[in-house]
Amino acid sequence: MRAYLPAYEMETPRDLEAALGRMASEPGVWRPFAGGTDLMVLLEAGKLPHQKFLNIWNLAELRGMEVSSEHVTLGALTTYTEVQRNKTLLREFPLLCRAAAETGSVATQNRGTLGGNIANASPAADSPPALIVYDAEIEIVSAGGSRWVHYASFHTEYKKMNLHAGELIRRIRLLRTHAQWKQYFRKVGTRRAQAISKICFAGAARVEAGRIADVRIALGSVAPTVLHAVRVEELLRGQRPGSAVLQAAQDALNAEIAPIDDMRSTAPYRRNVARNLLAEFLEVLAG
Amino acid sequence: MPERARKIRVSCVVNGGAASFEAYPMARLLDVLREELKLTGTKEGCGEGECGACSIEMDGALVNSCLVPALQAQGTKIRTIEGLAIGGSLHAVQQAFLTHGGAQCGICTPGMILAAANLLARYPQPDDAQIREGLSGNLCRCTGYMKIFESVVAAVRRAETRA
Ligand SMILES: Cc1cc2nc3c(=O)[nH]c(=O)nc-3n(C[C@H](O)[C@H](O)[C@H](O)COP(=O)(O)OP(=O)(O)OC[C@H]3O[C@@H](n4cnc5c(N)ncnc54)[C@H](O)[C@@H]3O)c2cc1C
Ligand code: FES
Ligand code: FES
Repeated sequence: MRAYLPAYEMETPRDLEAALGRMASEPGVWRPFAGGTDLMVLLEAGKLPHQKFLNIWNLAELRGMEVSSEHVTLGALTTYTEVQRNKTLLREFPLLCRAAAETGSVATQNRGTLGGNIANASPAADSPPALIVYDAEIEIVSAGGSRWVHYASFHTEYKKMNLHAGELIRRIRLLRTHAQWKQYFRKVGTRRAQAISKICFAGAARVEAGRIADVRIALGSVAPTVLHAVRVEELLRGQRPGSAVLQAAQDALNAEIAPIDDMRSTAPYRRNVARNLLAEFLEVLAG
Repeated sequence: MPERARKIRVSCVVNGGAASFEAYPMARLLDVLREELKLTGTKEGCGEGECGACSIEMDGALVNSCLVPALQAQGTKIRTIEGLAIGGSLHAVQQAFLTHGGAQCGICTPGMILAAANLLARYPQPDDAQIREGLSGNLCRCTGYMKIFESVVAAVRRAETRA
């Protein structure tokens, strides 16, 4: 059933300070509204319990991109379209660009934001695996100040995250150390455009003299939160990416993931595909 | 349920002219366009961002109007299918859809044409992959897509021969 519109309030704060002030004055009551590509779907389905929203779409403090020698920092309102148009991101962060290109279609990419994707906290979201591979940190702001947290530990359990009432995600910062790494991304869905992932894999590794010197791997839709596959990474460090290590790595991955059956796929299918994607990743590293 | 939100007044530019309407802040721009501004060319298919029947341009970007709350239309420039023809002359994409049978029942057509026009504004000479990508958010239950694809290719060719 559709939502009863008069029950939903929305205001446009004049700047970030005003937005945070509003959120602090009634903790938990006001919730940010960015591109609306998750929130409006809930509203239309009559499943949006929250009723007071702050329109953050025009907040300049949450937009834009900065490049320093160590980091690329993106505003939380960065859209998927903006990600794909950025030269530095295309050159150094191809996994994020691939994830953006495979998220919805043009219209969704024009409105959907990275901050919204993170805060929506879906284990099937497609940019989080790339963000984990790049060791992203996110800046969380409130009327009381600002803190940076490692994104890999941001989601704590299904739909739960390290974000409190009165807090907003302001920026996302990526380490620029992965540009020379070999990188691999694959989203498996029902069709290429529009479909929500059945499973999504992002991996990158620094290969030196035929050995995996360092590696980062993350997957979507295989656990209650987007998963950083630390045990697989540990097992792979120092190894040659070949058939010798494949079985052990696949077993480690199988032990690390906890996929479920849902409307999009089944747990056994997801386990199988996860194993296959890991094999493909190792082939890329060997090649 | 308690009634809390008040209707707000939103001012924007629609198809080149000043427009102003009253709506609840979370009302869908799709409904406002159709019911307040009487621009019924914009269609509703799914109401959840999947089908593209409600596609419009906001500040030059293609968006699904079923997912835009009225409040966020404040101060924007909007183009709907009604704003595509200039005077009596159809947009190249509209003409191509007519000539090449790109429309059957017509429900997907306004969104499809806006998506194609928006694509051509970004890539005047799109390759096949870019055309498919540009239209991938627009579903059609009638044509089987080939005639739509051919219409867009024809519109590109017509623009090329003119240039
Ligand atoms: C047709 C369609 C296809 C889609 N396909 C995909 C897909 O392939 N992959 C995928 O991952 N997602 C997909 N999505 C989901 C959605 O587009 C993304 O999750 C998007 O990134 C959400 O961003 P938004 O700005 O629209 O969020 P909103 O809907 O505005 O907000 C989502 C949530 O995040 C919160 N929020 C937003 N910004 C902030 C912030 N700065 N700080 C704190 N909280 C914030 C909001 O309060 C809300 O809870 C799709 C959606 C649609 C409609
Ligand atoms: S009605 Fe808006 S996308 Fe289908
Ligand atoms: S012409 Fe009928 S849906 Fe496309």
